[in-house]
Amino acid sequence: MSQATEPLLRVRDLEIAFKVRGGEVLANRGVSLDVAAGETLGLVGESGSGKSVLCRAILRLLPSPPARTKRGRVLFDGTDLVTLPEARLREIRGTDIAMVFQNPMTSLSPVWPIGDQVTEGLRIHRGMNRIEARERGIALLQSIGIPEAARRYDDHPWQWSGGMLQRAVIAMAMACSPRLLLADEPTTALDVTIQEQILALLTDLQARSGMAMVLVSHDIGVVAETCDRIAVMYAGMLVETGPAAEVFGRPRHPYTLGLMRSSPRMDEHAERLQPIPGQPPDLAKLAAGCPFVDRCAFAREDCRHAPVALREVAQGHASACLFPEAVR
Amino acid sequence: MTTTTLAPSALRAEVARWSPSLWIGIGLLAFIVLAGLFAPWLTPYDPLRQDYGAALRAPDAAHWFGTDSLGRDLFTRSLYAIRTDLVIGFWTTYVPMLIGVLLGAYAGLKGGWFDAVLMRVIDTALAFPFLVLIIVILAILGPGTQNIYIAVFLVGWTMYARLARAEMLVESGKDYILAARTLGFPTARILLRHALPNVINSSIVFSMSDFVLNILLVSGLSFLGLGVPAPTPEWGAMVAEGKDFMQQAWWISTLPGLMIVLTGVALALLGDGLTHRLGDRHVTGH
Amino acid sequence: MWVFRFVGLRLVQAVPVLLGISLVAFLAIHLVPGDPVRIMLQGRASDAAVAEIYARLGMDRPLLVQYARFVGRAVTGDLGTSIIQRAPVATIVGERLVPSSFLLVYATLLSVLIAVPLAVWAAARRNRLADHLIRLGGTVSFAMPSFWIGLILILGFGLTLKWFPIAGFGRGFGGHLHHLFLPALTIALFLAPLLIQSLRAAMLDAMTAEHVEVARAKGLSESRILFKYVLRAASIPVVTILAVNIGWLVSGSVIVESVFSVAGLGMLLVHAVSTRDYPVIQGLTLVFAVMVIGTNLLADLAYALIDKRVRAE
Repeated sequence: MSQATEPLLRVRDLEIAFKVRGGEVLANRGVSLDVAAGETLGLVGESGSGKSVLCRAILRLLPSPPARTKRGRVLFDGTDLVTLPEARLREIRGTDIAMVFQNPMTSLSPVWPIGDQVTEGLRIHRGMNRIEARERGIALLQSIGIPEAARRYDDHPWQWSGGMLQRAVIAMAMACSPRLLLADEPTTALDVTIQEQILALLTDLQARSGMAMVLVSHDIGVVAETCDRIAVMYAGMLVETGPAAEVFGRPRHPYTLGLMRSSPRMDEHAERLQPIPGQPPDLAKLAAGCPFVDRCAFAREDCRHAPVALREVAQGHASACLFPEAVR
Repeated sequence: MTTTTLAPSALRAEVARWSPSLWIGIGLLAFIVLAGLFAPWLTPYDPLRQDYGAALRAPDAAHWFGTDSLGRDLFTRSLYAIRTDLVIGFWTTYVPMLIGVLLGAYAGLKGGWFDAVLMRVIDTALAFPFLVLIIVILAILGPGTQNIYIAVFLVGWTMYARLARAEMLVESGKDYILAARTLGFPTARILLRHALPNVINSSIVFSMSDFVLNILLVSGLSFLGLGVPAPTPEWGAMVAEGKDFMQQAWWISTLPGLMIVLTGVALALLGDGLTHRLGDRHVTGH
Repeated sequence: MWVFRFVGLRLVQAVPVLLGISLVAFLAIHLVPGDPVRIMLQGRASDAAVAEIYARLGMDRPLLVQYARFVGRAVTGDLGTSIIQRAPVATIVGERLVPSSFLLVYATLLSVLIAVPLAVWAAARRNRLADHLIRLGGTVSFAMPSFWIGLILILGFGLTLKWFPIAGFGRGFGGHLHHLFLPALTIALFLAPLLIQSLRAAMLDAMTAEHVEVARAKGLSESRILFKYVLRAASIPVVTILAVNIGWLVSGSVIVESVFSVAGLGMLLVHAVSTRDYPVIQGLTLVFAVMVIGTNLLADLAYALIDKRVRAE
């Protein structure tokens, strides 16, 4: 963590709305978050909590309509991506910020050779010709562990396994040496044994290149192993952020605690796992007060009415719980 | 599917779910059908009476669509032709649909040699351009309205059979059928109860565009001189009669042809609306 | 080479259908109520002449022998003899094959030229005014009979504006293009709506595919995404749609050839039916069906070229 310099990415008060029949739903409700150069931020939460929306909103990949950025800024290296002209934004996509998606099977077009897709960014952004790009692409595929990369460069996606395809997708993201990698559930669609390899590959690449990474996962165990800092999302809001050791050592939000107690990897000494009771709230019908109140074991009357916001509970550790001290 | 009970409130709820295209389609079609039914009261002329003194008159207040080379009033003939074309279109659509759905559903249910033979027959029939096959059959049987019926009945069921068979196969692969099978329930009965509504639905949706195609077919055959014999009023035959007078009497071909377009649009809109109403699951091909 | 294996496999699969087709064509003459030869000669022949023709056509043999001979000859390109035109059917049909094929290819290209921009436009502006208008136009032109469109085009561009000839095939490639423009446009006007509808749907599908989002995250421009990712993926269903509708296209061309007096297979068929020229009808039945099957084979091949997964199967 580098406190002295300006963070690489600063998201400020971001609010993303989706138009639905008869109104709109807020999928991100005032999210603020920093990612420093070279650090790994783990973004966790149940599906539907707004993690993927946040990642896509950073790169402005959400289809509009229905999505709309109502408020907020996304500052990358001081530039606001929310208001940046499309053409300038395209220069940042794939070069400074790259993204890895959940499903490697559908991340590549079925009708083009894999190698061409991996190196497309080099040709578009770096002006390489086909021969240079091919050379670089083969080296890239080798560096992420594809055997016989030269021979397999012209393969089509259906010829590769899911794990290999995700390596190719990662290679594609790494092609232009990005400074920030957004990895949206990069291991969820893969077999457990492959998951570990892909995570190891990502950490290794990060250590070698010095890029920053946002690792999105619904699995708190995945982020616990790999991340410097943690951000927990619930119902479109950040409910707890802080250094990984702090957050997992002493969680200050009941939702984080719930996630830890329901994860087999986190709760080694517990005899049994405790699932979080209830369902995530319907984002279209959120009332005032804490969105977690109906599922919370520590809820008090105030929780239903008082507005919630992230507040610092310790150095660099913030929680949106009204009674962070009560959580244990 | 919704229930078929027609309690007033249920009917009102059903009507409330109709899309604009369904409304316009139904309205337009009703208008055309009524015009055909009440043709004798809507026009003072006889569709068959020739009047050489009034031949090739351009459209005016007395003859809205003008007159043809035999002095017959084209508006009158166009109205009476509604009866000819809609009736032939109806039977050439729904008799094959009935045959096709029954055969296809049975084949999908039973499988075995019946299914195999039926599929070969369907593949063969669909290997021919539809119009060519109809023309060949008419060449064997001779032209005329009755033989059009026979020809279309012989060939038209194949698309429906293919649709119904596919639906039946999808349904019989579903988990609840497998569950019923493992429990030893009679599958045929379950399948008929669950699959038939689906089978019929996709066929009904397809039948709307098939209806249009059949009206185009009948008028096309008449245009080629293989269909409804003169002097029966029929749109395609009227268009053909005007072909040689295009330069001096443009209205003979164009205005009766508009009636085909109007009817086709009504049916197509109705089909569009039905597709949405019955669930957008079925994309129909031709 | 995968191409030979692929084509060979498809041909073997087509054998039952080819047999069915040959049976239909064969029976076309035998199912005629009454005596087909006398009908062909329109009662102007003596018994001896009729018997002579029976012998010449081989129609005095047992049915099964006749069928075997029919298939055997058809395979070698011998489609029998037209008594009325006093010429081999293969020759008569062969002369008409060029104008018809020219018309079909021309019409297909025109409809693609009309459909692709409109479908791209409709898909890009989905559920807005342009999209609705394009779809409404499709519904209307789907309901328009081709013979009527043809006559309207003759009236407008032929007789009134005198831009295009209204009949015939013309001389030379340029002449063909000029003469067949209106007939090809007529066919394109009823084929294009179908293409637009399926291409629009396929493009909407392709636009929401995840790999398109990935491509966008790579920083590709929208036009590159549209042409490299979306159109290519969407072109597969279009090839299929074109192939599936080849029968419909041929049906349309039969009528359109009659409207524009193009001396093609369709006009030949209508003429043969009115003169009761059964051997020609038989030959045409075979040729039309083989055209449909051949086109489907070509479409499968094109499909395999675009999407290499198919080859592996």
